[in-house]
Amino acid sequence: MIKKLMQHRFLFEELVKRDFKTKYKRTVLGIGWSLLSPLLLLLVLKLVFTELYGKTTPHFSIYLFCGVLVWNYFTEATKGGMRSLMDNSGIFTKVNVPKYLFLLSKNVQALISFLLTLVILFIFVAFDTLTPSLRYFSLFYPIICLVLFNIGVGMILSALFIFFRDTQYLYEIFTRLLMYLSAIFYTVDRFSEQAQQYFLLNPLYLFIRYFRSVIIENAVPDIRFHLLIAVDVLVALGLGCWMYKKNNTKFLYYV
Amino acid sequence: MILEVKNVSIRYKTGDFKDIGLKEYLMRKATHNYHVKSFWADKDVSFSLEKGDMLGIIGRNGAGKSTLLKAVTGIMEPTKGKVTRKGSVAALLELASGFDKELTVKENTYLRGAMLGYTRKFMDETYDKIIDFAELKDFQDRPFKQLSSGMKSRLAFSIASLVQPDILILDEVLSVGDGAFRKKSEAKMREIIDGGATTILVTHSVNQVRAMCNKVLWLEKGEQVEYGGDVQGICDRYQAFLDSMDTGKR
Repeated sequence: MIKKLMQHRFLFEELVKRDFKTKYKRTVLGIGWSLLSPLLLLLVLKLVFTELYGKTTPHFSIYLFCGVLVWNYFTEATKGGMRSLMDNSGIFTKVNVPKYLFLLSKNVQALISFLLTLVILFIFVAFDTLTPSLRYFSLFYPIICLVLFNIGVGMILSALFIFFRDTQYLYEIFTRLLMYLSAIFYTVDRFSEQAQQYFLLNPLYLFIRYFRSVIIENAVPDIRFHLLIAVDVLVALGLGCWMYKKNNTKFLYYV
Repeated sequence: MILEVKNVSIRYKTGDFKDIGLKEYLMRKATHNYHVKSFWADKDVSFSLEKGDMLGIIGRNGAGKSTLLKAVTGIMEPTKGKVTRKGSVAALLELASGFDKELTVKENTYLRGAMLGYTRKFMDETYDKIIDFAELKDFQDRPFKQLSSGMKSRLAFSIASLVQPDILILDEVLSVGDGAFRKKSEAKMREIIDGGATTILVTHSVNQVRAMCNKVLWLEKGEQVEYGGDVQGICDRYQAFLDSMDTGKR
Protein backbone atom coordinates (compact mmCIF):
# COMPACT_ATOMS: atom_id res chain seq x y z
CA MET A 1 0.00 0.00 0.00
CA ILE A 2 2.84 2.38 0.83
CA LYS A 3 4.56 1.58 -2.46
CA LYS A 4 1.35 2.21 -4.35
CA LEU A 5 0.89 5.47 -2.48
CA MET A 6 4.33 6.63 -3.58
CA GLN A 7 3.47 5.71 -7.12
CA HIS A 8 0.36 7.84 -6.96
CA ARG A 9 1.92 10.66 -5.01
CA PHE A 10 1.31 13.25 -7.67
CA LEU A 11 -2.35 12.32 -7.94
CA PHE A 12 -2.68 12.35 -4.18
CA GLU A 13 -1.18 15.83 -3.94
CA GLU A 14 -3.48 17.10 -6.66
CA LEU A 15 -6.50 15.60 -4.90
CA VAL A 16 -5.53 17.22 -1.62
CA LYS A 17 -5.14 20.55 -3.39
CA ARG A 18 -8.47 20.16 -5.11
CA ASP A 19 -10.26 19.29 -1.89
CA PHE A 20 -8.79 22.34 -0.20
CA LYS A 21 -9.72 24.65 -3.02
CA THR A 22 -13.26 23.39 -3.37
CA LYS A 23 -13.86 23.44 0.36
CA TYR A 24 -12.71 26.94 1.05
CA LYS A 25 -13.51 28.69 -2.20
CA ARG A 26 -15.25 31.99 -1.72
CA THR A 27 -14.93 31.87 2.04
CA VAL A 28 -13.41 34.83 3.84
CA LEU A 29 -11.81 32.91 6.67
CA GLY A 30 -10.72 29.90 4.63
CA ILE A 31 -9.19 27.33 6.90
CA GLY A 32 -10.02 29.62 9.80
CA TRP A 33 -13.48 28.09 9.76
CA SER A 34 -12.04 24.74 10.72
CA LEU A 35 -10.51 26.37 13.78
CA LEU A 36 -13.51 28.48 14.62
CA SER A 37 -15.90 25.57 14.81
CA PRO A 38 -14.17 23.67 17.65
CA LEU A 39 -13.44 26.93 19.47
CA LEU A 40 -17.08 28.00 19.36
CA LEU A 41 -18.18 24.57 20.55
CA LEU A 42 -15.68 24.88 23.36
CA LEU A 43 -17.00 28.33 24.28
CA VAL A 44 -20.61 27.19 24.39
CA LEU A 45 -19.83 24.08 26.43
CA LYS A 46 -17.81 26.20 28.83
CA LEU A 47 -20.64 28.70 29.25
CA VAL A 48 -23.30 26.07 29.71
CA PHE A 49 -21.54 23.46 31.81
CA THR A 50 -19.29 25.50 34.09
CA GLU A 51 -22.24 25.86 36.45
CA LEU A 52 -22.94 22.12 36.44
CA TYR A 53 -19.54 20.46 36.32
CA GLY A 54 -16.96 23.22 36.16
CA LYS A 55 -16.67 23.82 39.85
CA THR A 56 -15.85 20.24 40.73
CA THR A 57 -13.55 19.58 37.77
CA PRO A 58 -10.04 21.00 37.94
CA HIS A 59 -8.83 22.78 34.80
CA PHE A 60 -12.29 22.56 33.33
CA SER A 61 -11.43 24.55 30.16
CA ILE A 62 -8.60 22.20 29.31
CA TYR A 63 -10.76 19.24 30.26
CA LEU A 64 -13.41 20.38 27.79
CA PHE A 65 -10.86 21.31 25.13
CA CYS A 66 -9.37 17.80 25.09
CA GLY A 67 -12.82 16.38 24.49
CA VAL A 68 -13.73 18.91 21.81
CA LEU A 69 -10.39 18.49 20.05
CA VAL A 70 -10.69 14.72 19.64
CA TRP A 71 -14.40 14.83 18.97
CA ASN A 72 -14.13 17.49 16.31
CA TYR A 73 -11.36 15.71 14.45
CA PHE A 74 -13.24 12.43 14.56
CA THR A 75 -16.49 13.85 13.19
CA GLU A 76 -14.85 16.05 10.58
CA ALA A 77 -12.69 13.23 9.26
CA THR A 78 -15.39 10.57 9.22
CA LYS A 79 -18.25 12.71 7.93
CA GLY A 80 -16.07 14.14 5.19
CA GLY A 81 -14.66 10.71 4.49
CA MET A 82 -18.09 9.15 4.18
CA ARG A 83 -18.84 11.07 0.98
CA SER A 84 -15.36 10.81 -0.48
CA LEU A 85 -15.92 7.71 -2.55
CA MET A 86 -19.34 8.79 -3.84
CA ASP A 87 -18.20 12.29 -4.74
CA ASN A 88 -15.36 10.88 -6.79
CA SER A 89 -17.37 8.23 -8.58
CA GLY A 90 -16.90 10.23 -11.78
CA ILE A 91 -13.22 9.48 -11.51
CA PHE A 92 -12.96 5.91 -10.33
CA THR A 93 -15.49 4.64 -12.88
CA LYS A 94 -13.32 6.08 -15.67
CA VAL A 95 -9.76 5.68 -14.49
CA ASN A 96 -8.21 2.86 -12.56
CA VAL A 97 -6.85 4.55 -9.45
CA PRO A 98 -6.65 3.26 -5.88
CA LYS A 99 -9.95 4.26 -4.32
CA TYR A 100 -8.62 4.96 -0.86
CA LEU A 101 -6.77 8.01 -2.21
CA PHE A 102 -10.00 10.02 -2.14
CA LEU A 103 -10.58 9.20 1.49
CA LEU A 104 -6.98 9.88 2.49
CA SER A 105 -7.15 13.23 0.76
CA LYS A 106 -10.18 14.21 2.84
CA ASN A 107 -8.41 12.98 5.94
CA VAL A 108 -5.42 15.20 5.29
CA GLN A 109 -7.74 18.17 5.45
CA ALA A 110 -9.22 17.11 8.77
CA LEU A 111 -5.78 16.26 10.13
CA ILE A 112 -4.47 19.74 9.38
CA SER A 113 -7.30 21.44 11.20
CA PHE A 114 -6.83 18.98 14.07
CA LEU A 115 -3.14 19.86 14.36
CA LEU A 116 -3.89 23.58 14.27
CA THR A 117 -6.49 23.11 17.00
CA LEU A 118 -3.95 21.12 18.96
CA VAL A 119 -1.56 24.08 18.82
CA ILE A 120 -4.30 26.29 20.22
CA LEU A 121 -4.88 23.74 22.99
CA PHE A 122 -1.21 24.02 23.94
CA ILE A 123 -1.52 27.79 24.01
CA PHE A 124 -4.45 27.36 26.39
CA VAL A 125 -2.32 25.02 28.47
CA ALA A 126 0.46 27.60 28.61
CA PHE A 127 -1.94 30.17 30.03
CA ASP A 128 -3.35 27.68 32.52
CA THR A 129 -1.52 26.75 35.69
CA LEU A 130 -0.48 23.43 34.15
CA THR A 131 3.18 22.83 33.44
CA PRO A 132 3.92 20.85 30.30
CA SER A 133 6.41 18.02 30.73
CA LEU A 134 8.27 15.53 28.56
CA ARG A 135 5.34 13.18 29.11
CA TYR A 136 3.47 15.23 26.52
CA PHE A 137 5.47 13.40 23.87
CA SER A 138 3.48 10.28 24.70
CA LEU A 139 0.57 12.02 22.96
CA PHE A 140 2.09 10.85 19.69
CA TYR A 141 0.59 7.46 20.44
CA PRO A 142 -3.09 8.50 20.63
CA ILE A 143 -2.62 10.97 17.75
CA ILE A 144 -1.23 8.36 15.38
CA CYS A 145 -3.84 5.86 16.53
CA LEU A 146 -6.61 8.41 16.05
CA VAL A 147 -5.45 9.17 12.51
CA LEU A 148 -5.55 5.46 11.66
CA PHE A 149 -8.83 4.96 13.47
CA ASN A 150 -10.46 7.79 11.53
CA ILE A 151 -9.19 6.37 8.25
CA GLY A 152 -10.61 2.97 9.14
CA VAL A 153 -14.01 4.35 10.14
CA GLY A 154 -13.97 6.55 7.03
CA MET A 155 -13.36 3.50 4.83
CA ILE A 156 -16.24 1.62 6.41
CA LEU A 157 -18.60 4.59 6.10
CA SER A 158 -17.66 5.53 2.55
CA ALA A 159 -18.17 1.94 1.41
CA LEU A 160 -21.52 1.71 3.18
CA PHE A 161 -22.57 5.06 1.76
CA ILE A 162 -22.12 3.73 -1.76
CA PHE A 163 -24.50 0.87 -1.03
CA PHE A 164 -27.02 2.74 1.11
CA ARG A 165 -27.48 6.49 1.10
CA ASP A 166 -29.21 6.12 4.47
CA THR A 167 -25.81 5.67 5.99
CA GLN A 168 -25.57 9.45 6.15
CA TYR A 169 -28.65 9.85 8.35
CA LEU A 170 -27.96 6.84 10.49
CA TYR A 171 -24.46 8.07 11.12
CA GLU A 172 -25.77 11.52 11.97
CA ILE A 173 -27.91 10.01 14.73
CA PHE A 174 -25.14 7.69 15.81
CA THR A 175 -22.61 10.50 16.26
CA ARG A 176 -25.10 12.61 18.19
CA LEU A 177 -25.65 9.78 20.64
CA LEU A 178 -21.97 8.97 20.77
CA MET A 179 -21.18 12.56 21.67
CA TYR A 180 -23.20 12.24 24.88
CA LEU A 181 -21.55 8.93 25.65
CA SER A 182 -18.01 10.23 25.25
CA ALA A 183 -17.79 12.26 28.45
CA ILE A 184 -16.88 15.40 26.58
CA PHE A 185 -18.39 17.83 29.09
CA TYR A 186 -18.96 15.69 32.17
CA THR A 187 -16.78 13.49 34.31
CA VAL A 188 -17.28 9.75 34.61
CA ASP A 189 -16.55 9.50 38.34
CA ARG A 190 -20.16 10.29 39.12
CA PHE A 191 -21.03 6.86 37.69
CA SER A 192 -20.65 3.53 39.47
CA GLU A 193 -17.41 1.58 39.10
CA GLN A 194 -19.15 -0.82 36.79
CA ALA A 195 -20.61 1.88 34.56
CA GLN A 196 -17.20 3.47 34.28
CA GLN A 197 -15.89 0.21 32.82
CA TYR A 198 -18.46 0.45 30.03
CA PHE A 199 -16.99 3.77 28.95
CA LEU A 200 -13.84 1.90 27.98
CA LEU A 201 -15.80 0.24 25.19
CA ASN A 202 -16.10 3.62 23.49
CA PRO A 203 -12.98 4.31 21.40
CA LEU A 204 -13.64 8.03 21.43
CA TYR A 205 -13.67 8.04 25.22
CA LEU A 206 -10.34 6.22 25.25
CA PHE A 207 -8.72 8.84 23.05
CA ILE A 208 -10.15 11.73 25.01
CA ARG A 209 -9.21 10.11 28.32
CA TYR A 210 -5.64 9.65 27.09
CA PHE A 211 -5.28 13.33 26.22
CA ARG A 212 -6.72 14.42 29.56
CA SER A 213 -4.61 12.03 31.52
CA VAL A 214 -1.39 13.30 29.97
CA ILE A 215 -2.21 16.98 29.78
CA ILE A 216 -4.09 17.52 33.03
CA GLU A 217 -2.88 14.75 35.33
CA ASN A 218 0.59 14.55 33.82
CA ALA A 219 0.32 10.76 33.81
CA VAL A 220 0.67 8.31 30.94
CA PRO A 221 -2.13 5.69 31.00
CA ASP A 222 -1.22 2.08 31.69
CA ILE A 223 -0.36 -0.56 29.11
CA ARG A 224 -3.89 -2.03 29.15
CA PHE A 225 -5.18 1.32 27.97
CA HIS A 226 -2.74 1.35 25.07
CA LEU A 227 -3.80 -2.12 24.08
CA LEU A 228 -7.48 -1.21 24.13
CA ILE A 229 -6.81 1.67 21.75
CA ALA A 230 -4.69 -0.54 19.50
CA VAL A 231 -7.46 -3.13 19.29
CA ASP A 232 -10.02 -0.49 18.29
CA VAL A 233 -7.71 0.85 15.61
CA LEU A 234 -7.00 -2.61 14.22
CA VAL A 235 -10.67 -3.51 14.12
CA ALA A 236 -11.69 -0.29 12.34
CA LEU A 237 -8.80 -0.33 9.90
CA GLY A 238 -9.06 -4.05 9.25
CA LEU A 239 -12.78 -3.91 8.58
CA GLY A 240 -12.34 -0.85 6.35
CA CYS A 241 -9.57 -2.39 4.27
CA TRP A 242 -11.49 -5.63 3.96
CA MET A 243 -14.59 -3.80 2.67
CA TYR A 244 -12.56 -1.86 0.14
CA LYS A 245 -10.76 -4.94 -1.05
CA LYS A 246 -13.86 -7.05 -1.30
CA ASN A 247 -15.88 -4.43 -3.15
CA ASN A 248 -13.11 -2.84 -5.19
CA THR A 249 -14.67 -3.73 -8.53
CA LYS A 250 -18.26 -3.74 -7.28
CA PHE A 251 -18.58 -0.11 -6.25
CA LEU A 252 -19.11 1.03 -9.80
CA TYR A 253 -22.38 -0.87 -10.10
CA TYR A 254 -23.91 1.23 -7.36
CA VAL A 255 -23.04 4.78 -8.36
CA MET B 1 2.34 -8.60 -27.57
CA ILE B 2 1.42 -5.73 -25.34
CA LEU B 3 -2.22 -6.43 -24.54
CA GLU B 4 -4.09 -9.67 -24.64
CA VAL B 5 -7.79 -10.10 -24.00
CA LYS B 6 -8.57 -13.77 -23.88
CA ASN B 7 -12.10 -15.19 -23.86
CA VAL B 8 -13.33 -12.34 -21.74
CA SER B 9 -16.92 -12.42 -20.57
CA ILE B 10 -18.36 -9.81 -18.29
CA ARG B 11 -21.55 -10.13 -16.36
CA TYR B 12 -23.08 -6.76 -15.72
CA LYS B 13 -25.45 -6.21 -12.86
CA THR B 14 -28.24 -3.75 -12.87
CA GLY B 15 -31.54 -3.42 -11.13
CA ASP B 16 -33.20 -2.35 -7.93
CA PHE B 17 -30.11 -2.00 -5.79
CA LYS B 18 -29.24 1.37 -7.25
CA ASP B 19 -30.47 4.49 -5.51
CA ILE B 20 -32.74 2.77 -3.05
CA GLY B 21 -32.64 3.41 0.63
CA LEU B 22 -32.31 0.92 3.43
CA LYS B 23 -36.04 0.87 4.12
CA GLU B 24 -36.88 0.23 0.50
CA TYR B 25 -34.26 -2.49 0.38
CA LEU B 26 -35.66 -4.29 3.42
CA MET B 27 -39.24 -3.86 2.21
CA ARG B 28 -38.46 -5.31 -1.17
CA LYS B 29 -36.45 -8.14 0.29
CA ALA B 30 -39.36 -8.95 2.59
CA THR B 31 -41.93 -8.85 -0.19
CA HIS B 32 -39.67 -10.67 -2.65
CA ASN B 33 -39.83 -7.69 -4.92
CA TYR B 34 -36.10 -7.16 -5.04
CA HIS B 35 -34.83 -7.74 -8.52
CA VAL B 36 -31.28 -7.73 -9.63
CA LYS B 37 -30.91 -8.37 -13.29
CA SER B 38 -27.63 -9.44 -14.63
CA PHE B 39 -26.75 -9.93 -18.22
CA TRP B 40 -23.66 -10.70 -20.20
CA ALA B 41 -22.36 -7.35 -21.42
CA ASP B 42 -19.55 -9.14 -23.19
CA LYS B 43 -19.45 -12.75 -24.20
CA ASP B 44 -16.24 -14.54 -25.02
CA VAL B 45 -14.37 -11.64 -26.56
CA SER B 46 -10.74 -12.11 -27.56
CA PHE B 47 -8.20 -9.91 -29.22
CA SER B 48 -4.55 -9.10 -28.87
CA LEU B 49 -2.49 -6.05 -29.71
CA GLU B 50 1.12 -5.70 -30.71
CA LYS B 51 3.12 -2.56 -30.22
CA GLY B 52 2.01 0.09 -32.69
CA ASP B 53 -1.37 -1.46 -33.38
CA MET B 54 -4.46 0.67 -33.56
CA LEU B 55 -7.61 -1.24 -32.84
CA GLY B 56 -11.00 0.17 -33.70
CA ILE B 57 -13.92 -1.14 -31.71
CA ILE B 58 -17.21 -0.72 -33.51
CA GLY B 59 -20.73 -1.66 -32.64
CA ARG B 60 -24.09 -0.13 -31.92
CA ASN B 61 -25.15 1.27 -28.58
CA GLY B 62 -25.22 -1.38 -25.90
CA ALA B 63 -22.85 -3.63 -27.78
CA GLY B 64 -20.57 -3.86 -24.75
CA LYS B 65 -17.81 -1.56 -25.94
CA SER B 66 -17.48 0.56 -22.83
CA THR B 67 -17.74 -2.42 -20.51
CA LEU B 68 -14.98 -4.16 -22.44
CA LEU B 69 -12.76 -1.11 -22.08
CA LYS B 70 -13.41 -1.03 -18.37
CA ALA B 71 -12.05 -4.55 -18.18
CA VAL B 72 -9.04 -3.57 -20.27
CA THR B 73 -8.20 -0.70 -17.91
CA GLY B 74 -8.80 -2.81 -14.83
CA ILE B 75 -11.72 -0.77 -13.51
CA MET B 76 -13.83 -3.92 -13.83
CA GLU B 77 -12.81 -7.49 -13.48
CA PRO B 78 -13.85 -9.96 -16.17
CA THR B 79 -16.26 -12.57 -14.88
CA LYS B 80 -14.55 -15.12 -17.10
CA GLY B 81 -11.39 -14.97 -19.14
CA LYS B 82 -8.27 -12.96 -18.71
CA VAL B 83 -6.79 -9.58 -19.56
CA THR B 84 -3.00 -9.37 -19.72
CA ARG B 85 -1.39 -5.96 -19.87
CA LYS B 86 2.26 -5.29 -20.44
CA GLY B 87 2.74 -1.61 -19.91
CA SER B 88 0.87 1.41 -18.65
CA VAL B 89 -2.68 2.04 -19.75
CA ALA B 90 -4.08 5.53 -20.07
CA ALA B 91 -7.80 5.44 -20.52
CA LEU B 92 -10.06 8.27 -21.31
CA LEU B 93 -13.50 6.88 -21.12
CA GLU B 94 -16.19 9.42 -21.82
CA LEU B 95 -13.68 12.15 -22.14
CA ALA B 96 -15.30 15.31 -20.92
CA SER B 97 -16.48 13.82 -17.64
CA GLY B 98 -14.27 13.50 -14.62
CA PHE B 99 -13.20 17.11 -14.64
CA ASP B 100 -13.95 19.22 -11.60
CA LYS B 101 -16.09 22.14 -12.64
CA GLU B 102 -14.96 24.41 -9.83
CA LEU B 103 -11.25 24.12 -10.53
CA THR B 104 -9.49 26.19 -13.14
CA VAL B 105 -8.40 24.85 -16.48
CA LYS B 106 -4.82 24.64 -15.30
CA GLU B 107 -5.71 22.79 -12.11
CA ASN B 108 -7.89 20.37 -14.02
CA THR B 109 -5.12 19.71 -16.50
CA TYR B 110 -2.75 18.73 -13.70
CA LEU B 111 -5.39 16.64 -11.98
CA ARG B 112 -6.17 14.78 -15.19
CA GLY B 113 -2.49 14.26 -15.86
CA ALA B 114 -2.11 12.84 -12.37
CA MET B 115 -5.08 10.52 -12.91
CA LEU B 116 -3.45 9.20 -16.04
CA GLY B 117 -0.41 8.32 -13.98
CA TYR B 118 2.08 10.99 -15.00
CA THR B 119 4.59 12.74 -12.82
CA ARG B 120 4.54 16.38 -11.83
CA LYS B 121 7.78 16.94 -13.67
CA PHE B 122 6.29 15.57 -16.87
CA MET B 123 3.23 17.76 -16.50
CA ASP B 124 5.36 20.85 -15.84
CA GLU B 125 7.19 20.15 -19.07
CA THR B 126 4.17 19.39 -21.22
CA TYR B 127 1.62 21.79 -19.77
CA ASP B 128 2.31 24.61 -22.22
CA LYS B 129 2.11 22.23 -25.15
CA ILE B 130 -1.20 20.88 -23.93
CA ILE B 131 -2.73 24.33 -23.55
CA ASP B 132 -1.38 25.45 -26.91
CA PHE B 133 -2.76 22.43 -28.65
CA ALA B 134 -6.16 22.86 -27.02
CA GLU B 135 -6.10 26.57 -27.98
CA LEU B 136 -7.06 27.55 -24.45
CA LYS B 137 -4.22 29.86 -23.57
CA ASP B 138 -6.56 32.70 -22.68
CA PHE B 139 -8.69 30.45 -20.50
CA GLN B 140 -6.02 28.92 -18.27
CA ASP B 141 -7.22 30.48 -15.04
CA ARG B 142 -10.93 30.36 -15.73
CA PRO B 143 -13.07 27.92 -13.78
CA PHE B 144 -13.75 24.85 -15.81
CA LYS B 145 -17.52 25.35 -15.74
CA GLN B 146 -17.19 28.47 -17.88
CA LEU B 147 -15.86 26.47 -20.81
CA SER B 148 -18.02 25.38 -23.69
CA SER B 149 -18.39 21.66 -24.25
CA GLY B 150 -16.22 21.91 -27.35
CA MET B 151 -13.43 23.49 -25.32
CA LYS B 152 -13.72 20.80 -22.66
CA SER B 153 -13.35 18.06 -25.22
CA ARG B 154 -10.43 19.84 -26.82
CA LEU B 155 -8.65 19.99 -23.50
CA ALA B 156 -9.40 16.36 -22.75
CA PHE B 157 -8.07 15.28 -26.10
CA SER B 158 -4.96 17.40 -25.78
CA ILE B 159 -4.06 15.94 -22.40
CA ALA B 160 -4.66 12.44 -23.67
CA SER B 161 -2.65 12.81 -26.83
CA LEU B 162 0.34 14.67 -25.49
CA VAL B 163 1.08 12.17 -22.81
CA GLN B 164 2.74 8.96 -23.93
CA PRO B 165 1.36 5.79 -22.41
CA ASP B 166 2.11 2.33 -23.73
CA ILE B 167 -1.56 1.76 -24.36
CA LEU B 168 -3.92 4.64 -25.03
CA ILE B 169 -7.66 4.19 -24.98
CA LEU B 170 -9.80 6.79 -26.67
CA ASP B 171 -13.53 6.55 -26.30
CA GLU B 172 -15.56 8.68 -28.67
CA VAL B 173 -12.93 11.39 -28.74
CA LEU B 174 -12.66 12.29 -32.32
CA SER B 175 -16.30 13.05 -32.69
CA VAL B 176 -15.83 16.26 -30.74
CA GLY B 177 -14.75 19.73 -31.63
CA ASP B 178 -15.33 21.77 -34.73
CA GLY B 179 -14.03 20.88 -38.18
CA ALA B 180 -10.68 22.60 -37.79
CA PHE B 181 -9.92 20.95 -34.49
CA ARG B 182 -11.02 17.59 -35.76
CA LYS B 183 -8.50 17.82 -38.59
CA LYS B 184 -5.80 18.74 -36.15
CA SER B 185 -6.71 15.95 -33.76
CA GLU B 186 -6.73 13.38 -36.53
CA ALA B 187 -3.28 14.51 -37.58
CA LYS B 188 -2.20 14.16 -33.97
CA MET B 189 -3.61 10.66 -33.80
CA ARG B 190 -1.61 9.73 -36.89
CA GLU B 191 1.49 11.05 -35.19
CA ILE B 192 0.78 8.94 -32.12
CA ILE B 193 0.29 5.81 -34.19
CA ASP B 194 3.42 6.49 -36.20
CA GLY B 195 5.26 7.05 -32.94
CA GLY B 196 4.56 3.43 -32.04
CA ALA B 197 1.92 3.78 -29.36
CA THR B 198 -0.72 1.12 -29.07
CA THR B 199 -4.15 2.62 -29.28
CA ILE B 200 -7.71 1.48 -28.89
CA LEU B 201 -10.29 3.70 -30.50
CA VAL B 202 -13.97 3.37 -29.78
CA THR B 203 -16.19 5.21 -32.14
CA HIS B 204 -19.46 5.26 -34.03
CA SER B 205 -17.74 6.60 -37.09
CA VAL B 206 -16.86 3.80 -39.49
CA ASN B 207 -14.92 6.23 -41.63
CA GLN B 208 -12.54 7.02 -38.81
CA VAL B 209 -11.87 3.35 -38.31
CA ARG B 210 -11.27 2.85 -42.01
CA ALA B 211 -8.86 5.76 -42.08
CA MET B 212 -6.87 5.04 -38.96
CA CYS B 213 -7.05 1.49 -37.68
CA ASN B 214 -5.18 -1.64 -38.67
CA LYS B 215 -7.39 -3.98 -36.65
CA VAL B 216 -11.11 -3.98 -36.03
CA LEU B 217 -13.30 -5.59 -33.43
CA TRP B 218 -17.02 -5.62 -34.14
CA LEU B 219 -19.31 -6.23 -31.21
CA GLU B 220 -23.03 -6.75 -31.27
CA LYS B 221 -25.01 -7.28 -28.07
CA GLY B 222 -21.87 -8.42 -26.29
CA GLU B 223 -20.98 -10.99 -28.91
CA GLN B 224 -17.86 -10.76 -30.96
CA VAL B 225 -19.09 -10.68 -34.55
CA GLU B 226 -15.77 -10.21 -36.26
CA TYR B 227 -12.20 -9.43 -35.37
CA GLY B 228 -9.13 -9.10 -37.50
CA GLY B 229 -6.88 -7.06 -39.71
CA ASP B 230 -9.24 -6.93 -42.68
CA VAL B 231 -10.32 -3.40 -41.78
CA GLN B 232 -12.07 -2.49 -45.00
CA GLY B 233 -13.85 -5.83 -45.26
CA ILE B 234 -15.17 -5.76 -41.70
CA CYS B 235 -16.17 -2.13 -42.02
CA ASP B 236 -18.03 -2.91 -45.25
CA ARG B 237 -19.98 -5.71 -43.59
CA TYR B 238 -20.65 -3.58 -40.50
CA GLN B 239 -21.91 -0.76 -42.71
CA ALA B 240 -24.12 -3.22 -44.58
CA PHE B 241 -25.41 -4.51 -41.24
CA LEU B 242 -26.24 -0.98 -40.12
CA ASP B 243 -28.01 -0.29 -43.42
CA SER B 244 -30.05 -3.47 -43.11
CA MET B 245 -31.07 -2.46 -39.58
CA ASP B 246 -32.15 0.90 -40.94
CA THR B 247 -34.25 -0.53 -43.74
CA GLY B 248 -35.66 -3.05 -41.33
CA LYS B 249 -36.99 -0.23 -39.23
CA ARG B 250 -38.67 1.49 -42.12
